[in-house]
Amino acid sequence: MDRMKILLVDDEKEFVSTLAERLELRNMNVSIATDGETALGFVENDPPQVVVLDVMMPGLSGLEVLEKIKAMDSRIQVILLTGHGATKDGIRGMQLGAFDYLIKPIDIDELVEKLNEAIKSMA
Amino acid sequence: MALNLKKWFHIRESLQMLTDADSSSSQYRLFQRNIRVLMIVLTIVPLFMMALINYHQYQSSLKQEMIDPTKLLVSKTRHSFEFFLNERQSLIKSISYFYSLDELSDEKKLNHILFILKKEFIGFVDLGLINGSDGAQIRYIGPYNLLGKNYANQDWFQEVTLKGTYISNVFMGYRKFPHIAIAVQRLEENGNSWILRTTIDTTMFDNLIAAMGLDAESDAFILNKEGIFQTNSRLYGKVLEQCPLKIPAGGNATYIDERKDPNGKDIFLAYTHLTYPEYTLVVVKPKSTIFKTWYALKSDLFLVFLASSILIVIVVFRLTGIMVNRIREADHNREIAFRELQHHHKLSSIGRLAAGVAHEINNPLAIINEKAGLIKDLIQYAPDFAQKEKFSTLVGSILQSVNRCRTITHRLLGFAKRMEVEVETLDLNELIEEVLGFMEKEALYRNIDIGLELAKDLPRIDSDRGQLQQVFLNILNNAMAAVEDEGRIFIATWEKDADTVAASVRDNGCGMSEETCRHIFEPFFTTKKEHGTGLGLSITYGIVKKLGGDIEVESKELEGTTFKIFLPKKSIT
Repeated sequence: MDRMKILLVDDEKEFVSTLAERLELRNMNVSIATDGETALGFVENDPPQVVVLDVMMPGLSGLEVLEKIKAMDSRIQVILLTGHGATKDGIRGMQLGAFDYLIKPIDIDELVEKLNEAIKSMA
Repeated sequence: MALNLKKWFHIRESLQMLTDADSSSSQYRLFQRNIRVLMIVLTIVPLFMMALINYHQYQSSLKQEMIDPTKLLVSKTRHSFEFFLNERQSLIKSISYFYSLDELSDEKKLNHILFILKKEFIGFVDLGLINGSDGAQIRYIGPYNLLGKNYANQDWFQEVTLKGTYISNVFMGYRKFPHIAIAVQRLEENGNSWILRTTIDTTMFDNLIAAMGLDAESDAFILNKEGIFQTNSRLYGKVLEQCPLKIPAGGNATYIDERKDPNGKDIFLAYTHLTYPEYTLVVVKPKSTIFKTWYALKSDLFLVFLASSILIVIVVFRLTGIMVNRIREADHNREIAFRELQHHHKLSSIGRLAAGVAHEINNPLAIINEKAGLIKDLIQYAPDFAQKEKFSTLVGSILQSVNRCRTITHRLLGFAKRMEVEVETLDLNELIEEVLGFMEKEALYRNIDIGLELAKDLPRIDSDRGQLQQVFLNILNNAMAAVEDEGRIFIATWEKDADTVAASVRDNGCGMSEETCRHIFEPFFTTKKEHGTGLGLSITYGIVKKLGGDIEVESKELEGTTFKIFLPKKSIT
């Protein structure tokens, strides 16, 4: 089985880099981006299978990035990360084509499970 | 004056005071007093003026009604007197023309004339013939022995020779009856002058006065020029006495006068002067009889005034009482609304603050979570090394603490979310457990046993999560406050009917009296003294009602309290 190709997008660098390392430990191919523009560049040049996308970001918001990714390649699955009490954003993201949403701070096992589900749904 | 009045009433100030939120009952009392005084003055003064005007107008019209007939009566009687005297004067004058001096000098003839006069006319007493030049009585027929008496030096003789006729004042004559004398002079062509004189008793005067038909308390009499009674007065004296009432002289009309008589009685006086002789006819009526109807009316008027005044006062008092109470209630309600709003604002700003804090903490928390997670991963994937177990445990407890922090921030965010009013489908059991999460610590410290009996298949309901959280938070807080340490709180949910779910919170705390139970949902009612705002349960009540539900309370002192909350399955909004 190929390694999962994942793109992590979050403006908090410490968070995103640590999470990336943890996922790599779990045998995944992880790229990181700290803003929407960079993320879209990755998607265009080296499209991942799943994008884990923070909703609350300066510049392009998570939902805008989601829309653009879906416009580029609708097969790419997106899992949104939201703050608590921002369930509305999660629901809105689902309507825009996100695979699921998780509330921060996240549980690594839950994330891995969701990622597996997302990959499975692509097949 | 106007300024002082304004100052005294403090109208503006009292209204201003009422609009202040912290108005005390003394200000309402002042306001009530001012309105009452003002309203009473505004209503009673015009009423009083009306009564006064009525009083005077009626009095004057009544007086006029009394005056006119009295005037008429007086002038009629005066004419009767004048007619009576003129008739007798003319009669004597006619005799003086019909007969010559020689004929009248005949005693038999004169006697015959007197006889006829006495027979045909009332009052004639005697008849005398007097020499016009020397005043000697030539012939006399009558009860006195006056033959030969000389009148030359008497006033009346002078007057009759000057004017040709004379009517005397009343004098006591024959058999002590009052009389008057009438004399006429005859100047013959041959130059002879003689005087015919007669005495007339005044019984007729009394008859004429009696004919006026006056009532028993009234009086009528004749006075001469000097104010000597010419007839008997019922009230003021006998004939020939001096009258104590001073009647103004002069004038031909009938005059009306009001005064006090010498006895101090209020009288009503009508008088007229006869043309000749200079007599005055006087009618006296005591005011009390004239105004008998007036006095009756006066007391009626007073009674009506009194009754309406009392009525006005009662109505004003009741009305202002009601009015001021309404204002007080309105103010009170406004105050409640204001405080609720304030409370809401306070809660929502706390909510916003909490949300801000939670968001800010959430990010570093996420980083800590990942870093610690990475350490855990690294330890897990690394080959065994010294103290690997220990590291693993340490990282595990960091992650546990992060989890606890996460729970706290989630709760804070949940609290913030409560400020937004929105209906969603929710599970009441879940909500209650969530709220209980806030109490766990306190319950643990105080060793309070919280029992749950939540219906397993309780249908989800459409309601406002935040508002419901507040409802249960308030009720559970109350329960916690009511129970002693090591007390017991029991929470149950069940499906009441097809449309309603119910929850109950029972405690075995201090309970409440019936009186307290009655007021428990009223705003500002509190038994916590300085700790409570008295708003908690009133807000709770307001929310439950707003969500279309109902809330009940049962309590027994020293046994505990049970709150029951009923919520509709479908939102009413």
